[in-house]
Amino acid sequence: MSTTQATRKAPPVRPGDRVFAGLSTGAGILILVILAGVGIFLTAKGIPGILAKPDEVKSGQHFLPWVWPLVYGTLIAATIALLIAVPVAIGVALFISHYAPRRLGQIFGYLIDLLAAVPSVVYGLWGIQFLAPHMVPFYAWLNKHLSFIPFFGEPSATGRTILTACIVLAVMILPIMTAICREIFLQTPRLHEEAALALGATKWEMARLAIFPYARSGIVSAAMLGLGRALGETLAVAMVLSVTAGEVTANLIGSSNPSTIAANIALNFKESTGLSVNALIASGLVLFIITFLVNFAARALVERRSEFSGAN
Amino acid sequence: MTTTLSRPVDVFDELRGAQLPSWGPRAVFGLAVVVGVGTYFLGLGVFRSVVLAWFICLSVPLWSLAIEGKRKATDRLVTTLVTSAFGLALLPLISILWIVISKGSKVLSTEFFTYSMRNVVGPGGGIYHALIGTLLITGAASVMSIPIGLFTSIYLVEYGQQNRLARWIRFLVDVMTGIPSIVAGLFAYALFALIFGDGIRLGIGGSVALSVLMIPVVVRSCEEMLKLVPNELREASYALGVPKWRTVAKVVLPTALAGIVTGITLAIARVIGETAPLLIIAGTTDSVNMDLFKDRMATLPVFAYSSISSPGFPPGPSIDRAWGAALVLLIIVMLLNLIARLVSYFFSPKGER
Amino acid sequence: MAKSIDVADLNIYYGDFLAVEGVTIPIAARSVTAFIGPSGCGKSTFLRSLNRMHEVIRGARVEGKVLIDGQDLYADDMDPVNVRRMIGMVFQRPNPFPTMSIYDNVLAGQKLNSKRMKKAESDDVVERSLRSAGLWTEVKDRLDRPGSGLSGGQQQRLCIARAISVEPEILLMDEPCSALDPISTSVIEDLIHELKTQYTIVIVTHNMQQAARVSDETAFFNLSGVGKPGRLIEVGRTEAIFSNPQEPATEAYIQGRFG
Repeated sequence: MSTTQATRKAPPVRPGDRVFAGLSTGAGILILVILAGVGIFLTAKGIPGILAKPDEVKSGQHFLPWVWPLVYGTLIAATIALLIAVPVAIGVALFISHYAPRRLGQIFGYLIDLLAAVPSVVYGLWGIQFLAPHMVPFYAWLNKHLSFIPFFGEPSATGRTILTACIVLAVMILPIMTAICREIFLQTPRLHEEAALALGATKWEMARLAIFPYARSGIVSAAMLGLGRALGETLAVAMVLSVTAGEVTANLIGSSNPSTIAANIALNFKESTGLSVNALIASGLVLFIITFLVNFAARALVERRSEFSGAN
Repeated sequence: MTTTLSRPVDVFDELRGAQLPSWGPRAVFGLAVVVGVGTYFLGLGVFRSVVLAWFICLSVPLWSLAIEGKRKATDRLVTTLVTSAFGLALLPLISILWIVISKGSKVLSTEFFTYSMRNVVGPGGGIYHALIGTLLITGAASVMSIPIGLFTSIYLVEYGQQNRLARWIRFLVDVMTGIPSIVAGLFAYALFALIFGDGIRLGIGGSVALSVLMIPVVVRSCEEMLKLVPNELREASYALGVPKWRTVAKVVLPTALAGIVTGITLAIARVIGETAPLLIIAGTTDSVNMDLFKDRMATLPVFAYSSISSPGFPPGPSIDRAWGAALVLLIIVMLLNLIARLVSYFFSPKGER
Repeated sequence: MAKSIDVADLNIYYGDFLAVEGVTIPIAARSVTAFIGPSGCGKSTFLRSLNRMHEVIRGARVEGKVLIDGQDLYADDMDPVNVRRMIGMVFQRPNPFPTMSIYDNVLAGQKLNSKRMKKAESDDVVERSLRSAGLWTEVKDRLDRPGSGLSGGQQQRLCIARAISVEPEILLMDEPCSALDPISTSVIEDLIHELKTQYTIVIVTHNMQQAARVSDETAFFNLSGVGKPGRLIEVGRTEAIFSNPQEPATEAYIQGRFG
């Protein structure tokens, strides 16, 4: 769509305008190039790893049987972290947006945001040095009373289990999910809330009638973003988890645990050479694809909410 | 006819209902705190005392069920649950801050900040080399990310708007936001390995990896801030015969400046604590390295990680240094967050005040 | 200073949508012309096409001619940026630049274009513009304060000062009083009376009394039907339009029977 037809002589374009528009467009295109670069370089370096024969890599396995337990560990850790974090995030968001006094609510919001500021290596330190030892008696208790559930098998003596890693992950993804839920809860049309209250609803009934239906897609996309973070988190898992290569087990509190893709890369990259490095990069590509799919699904949900733009 | 009036009904009876006394919930909460603290000092252990206190809090909904009925009881139960969710979220924060400060502050000293780990065995040494590395790598990442991110957001808001390229960029920026940090590290490694050969470790590689993580954050926050600039200001400028680029540079950007600075500071705070990509591509070393384009470079997060993962013997001093590095890192990140909040608080254009 | 405008058979499109159709209207120099009509009838769109401001919206284009003293605004080699320097505009809501002081706001047209001026010269421009906008005595002691600290009416006069400081030939006003209280409105109306000795003024207003008070000529715009483009129904001397309208639609609107 243009204001001038092809036959018309265009008015002079100012050099400043041309440079500025060029710089901006160039920067935008550069981002496309970078992202394409991520895909291309990972694939280029990863393919030899996928094709490597068992005797050429450190693991001594073909790519698929080697990467499968890692995918399993990644998915199970992220899923359980999500199951722990979602109810807490919704509760905290609801508390901040509708239960806490307005002024305090903002301060409480900052406090939760502080959790997001803590670097992952600090979470890792906390998980391994503080949380894991403190979880040991709890795991023993779980095993004693709930061992008929396959998740709670023979407990670990160090507490460095997949469940501990999941708790750390849950804490790490809590702030982003809380922040998104909080924003959406606050956007609930005031009229809907007042309509529900005017019908004689209690606060909880108001939340169910007015807030949750409005916020449902937002909560789901917040959960998906949290899942994406949990899938890709590296250091906290690498530090907390005591891993056994190739392990696939349902026991969440045992001493031998499946590793995750990200943690496995961090733990093995330094010592790997040759095709083993390529295999690690290929596993990174797998992780990239998984997180891409999760984020894609989350964005598709967000897209449905119409976006308001201040620029015309 | 008169029978309907024989028993006058007080309409307010309908509005009255059995209610818990207003001091009830507070009293129960107070009791829970007393019991919790009491049992802790009697030696029950933190975890059990907290659980016990929480169960006492749950008696409020039960009490309400007996007196006020099911709807109110549910409401009170949810209030209790929602409040405890917040308390639950605060536990790790308090626990992390307490443990990092208490363990980390022990090793803070002049030596800790001014010495590297070169030729240090056992106690002593410091984080000077890691501090330098973190500042250099994050600085270089910012130098790359801020112009790219800022100009992209200008493109999205002022030029592309809703056209196809802009929609693609917006979508891919979202995809970039979701890239796991370790994948960014692998990308930087793959890129530099193709150029310089396998096994490469470079500080600048770390900057590239951090840029991949930082650019989308900068684009997103700057885009939001530019969108907040009212169109009326752009129109006022155009109506004065000001070309578009001058309007953007002299009206839109200054108006959004506080928000942009806040967003960029938060983006720096986010990547300065990244460990995984630096572990992959920048590696670690015991010596000071000032050259981004040559050899390995230590950084604070990687230093903390490797001090705890391969502590050497005896492990004690190394683990202490890990906590010290974690504390310094935490302080830097918190300071950046504080600066960001202060900038947005004090320098936002004052509206009608 | 002050030029006449001649619009001949102007159609305004947003993409494929025809917003305003077939407007032909002469606007005399040093006069006030008011555009009235119901909401959405295209009077603001038409006003904005007079300094090519509507082109800010993607896909906007026009057919026809807008002649300023015989020069076609939409000629191929005409630069919209220079057009807007010649034809100033005041908007519905006061929009001083929040990052600038009162002084800088008045000089915004020069400062944003990085025009170099001596201090004495710029002081002179500021004082002259603010005096013309009737704001000088109120703000002369606080020129370095932010413009957003003024009241709504003062902000709008600041915007008028900003518009006339670049010495335009024509001043377009898009409902300049709709966000203001009656007292500020009356101040601005008095100002319009004074300004018309130097400028050609075109004003869009929802308020018919205002049109009757300030304008020499009045043009009535209306939609030709639901979903149809807006058109110019009638234009003439203000007294004539209000006392003896030729078109039944004009009469109905003026008497408040619709719109």
